[in-house]
Amino acid sequence: MLLFAVNPAGGQSAAPPALTILSKDGRRTVPLTISNDQELILLDDLAAAFQLTTRDEPFGALTVGYKGKTILLTPDQPLVSIAGRLVSLPTAPTRNGRRVLVPVEFISRALTLIYDTRLDLRKPSRLLIVGEWRVPRVTMRVEGGDLPRIVVDASPRTESSVSQQNNSLLIKFEADALDLSIPALQPQPLVQGARFVEPVTLAIDLGPRFGGFRASTQPLETSTRLTIDLMSALPDAAPASVPPSTPPPPDLSVLSAPANGLRVIAIDPGHGGDDEGVKGAGGTKEKDLVLTVARRIKAAIEARLGIRVLLTREDDRAVALATRAAIANNNKADLFIGLHANASFRKAARGASILYAAFAREPEQSTRASLGSERLPAFGGGMRDVDLVFWDLAQIRYIARSGELAALLEEQFHDRIPLSAHPVDRAPLDVLESANMPAVILEMGYLTNEEQEAQMNGPEFQSTLVQAVFDAVVRFRDTVGSAPR
Amino acid sequence: MISRQAAIIGGLAAVAALTIWVLFAGLPRWYGRSSGRSGAVAPTTAAVPGRKIKASLFYVSDDGLRLTPVERDVPFGEGTVEQARQIIEAQIAPVAEPLVSAVPAGTKLRTIFVTPNGDAFVDFSRELVAGHTGGSTNELLTVYSLVNALCANLPAVRSVELLVDGKQMETLAGHVDLRQPLEKNLAWVQ
Repeated sequence: MLLFAVNPAGGQSAAPPALTILSKDGRRTVPLTISNDQELILLDDLAAAFQLTTRDEPFGALTVGYKGKTILLTPDQPLVSIAGRLVSLPTAPTRNGRRVLVPVEFISRALTLIYDTRLDLRKPSRLLIVGEWRVPRVTMRVEGGDLPRIVVDASPRTESSVSQQNNSLLIKFEADALDLSIPALQPQPLVQGARFVEPVTLAIDLGPRFGGFRASTQPLETSTRLTIDLMSALPDAAPASVPPSTPPPPDLSVLSAPANGLRVIAIDPGHGGDDEGVKGAGGTKEKDLVLTVARRIKAAIEARLGIRVLLTREDDRAVALATRAAIANNNKADLFIGLHANASFRKAARGASILYAAFAREPEQSTRASLGSERLPAFGGGMRDVDLVFWDLAQIRYIARSGELAALLEEQFHDRIPLSAHPVDRAPLDVLESANMPAVILEMGYLTNEEQEAQMNGPEFQSTLVQAVFDAVVRFRDTVGSAPR
Repeated sequence: MISRQAAIIGGLAAVAALTIWVLFAGLPRWYGRSSGRSGAVAPTTAAVPGRKIKASLFYVSDDGLRLTPVERDVPFGEGTVEQARQIIEAQIAPVAEPLVSAVPAGTKLRTIFVTPNGDAFVDFSRELVAGHTGGSTNELLTVYSLVNALCANLPAVRSVELLVDGKQMETLAGHVDLRQPLEKNLAWVQ
């Protein structure tokens, strides 16, 4: 049997206050009385709901019984006695003739001690769960302005799935019911509002400018956080979702419009599998070193910035260059950082450098890069205008911002990580050409230099480098990232 | 009699030699001149003996981060294709300290084509890839020592595409895109 509960915040003044009781018998509501900000419930209503007996005792006292166990209430005393044990209540029971009112905490503090089924009182949402039902507490909020982010927390940890249906995003939870709180939302171009859909779905109603979304989940200490980033459609685009891009690489590829902000970063640990990359004199393999550092960067950025970091390879495997760019593009990464370790024919060569793309005959290619936009069928129905870009020229639109990212990395490395005499370079680098976002390759240092090899393997160098990359990402987010392209 | 027979044999040999020369050297050379830039197929002749030209070849700089141009004598080759061959042969030849080559040892030149537009296709043996150290700096130095050697010395060559074993390569070692002709780039030269 499925149960549901919803308690829209702000709606409390409209409807008379009531406690919703969820049990195997279904859902019922019991009226509440508010007195001095205290929520009170009629003892008779509780008795009816839980098959309790009540019996008057001398001096106005009252006994509440359930299967041979009793609770003794004394008028005007904020205490009840259960088998000789005293339990405090926030206020004393009040008696008006036959009507006895008790604070709702009576349920969670006293009744639960004599009742044979688990009672879970969710006071903020005026919900009482009887028995072992999966009823996660779900809260949501909308952050940001033009490109909003919807954050949905489910406690305890609960799986959910997100799908788009017409003009709504449906968040369906793996639960029996929801203890859901929906804030009052001002209609925005991308989000119009949110509502509960029976039995376990939160629906986000989308605005006319909605162009696509990106969802990710993150386990927190006791809850699961679902983050949905919304993207705007192109200026003249019809409201519909972004069509899913297909993995690599036709010459002509459908790529979504770039969005402002910084939500996903692709880190590309170079080489892998049979391709070991550079091999240091001491035996260090470039493919292993860059994977270690990439994992550390991911951990730092995800934990401290809340930006999702995607690794183009999670382990020691060969990944084609085109696939690496495709992973970043298909996940709509906002930045691409390739991680490498360098080699020189001269052992003395040392220092980190940052490379970004160069194209032969750049101005000419730049005009060739875009084929304009075309109206194409969108996932979930409808049509959408999408930019058509040559796969191997996608980067050309981001050259300036890639240069700015390279400059920020150099700035953050300065005085912290040994820099090459040529700290920023441009070159026709394969993996960067198809990246549909600002993109750089970071060469951490020279493995052919014995001193640098030892240095790069050390935790101190790695921590400093991770911090420098972290700081550059923050600087990029706060300056370049939010600027229009 | 003997001397007459010898003269006939000698004459036939001379005609045969001339025919061979015309077929394999003279015609391509003439063809190369008439097209202004190049012929389509690399001729098999060697350079004109003794004649040299001055050419800039590119070796690894002392700091190991860039290329250094070094002016060297290179055998004269008749026509763009033949001269291109002589320059590449000189560029990939082993060098002694203090010079350091950016081309892996053992790399052989297989053939060179030059299109009428000035795009040179230079085909190397597999050592160019198999013997490479990797690393973006070394890969860029290898690529641009070869590209610059042709583009800087031969005005008729506008761009260079590097092939290995007759095939187009995506990269030598995972960094530089070799799927299109590359132009001279002096940013990698000190």
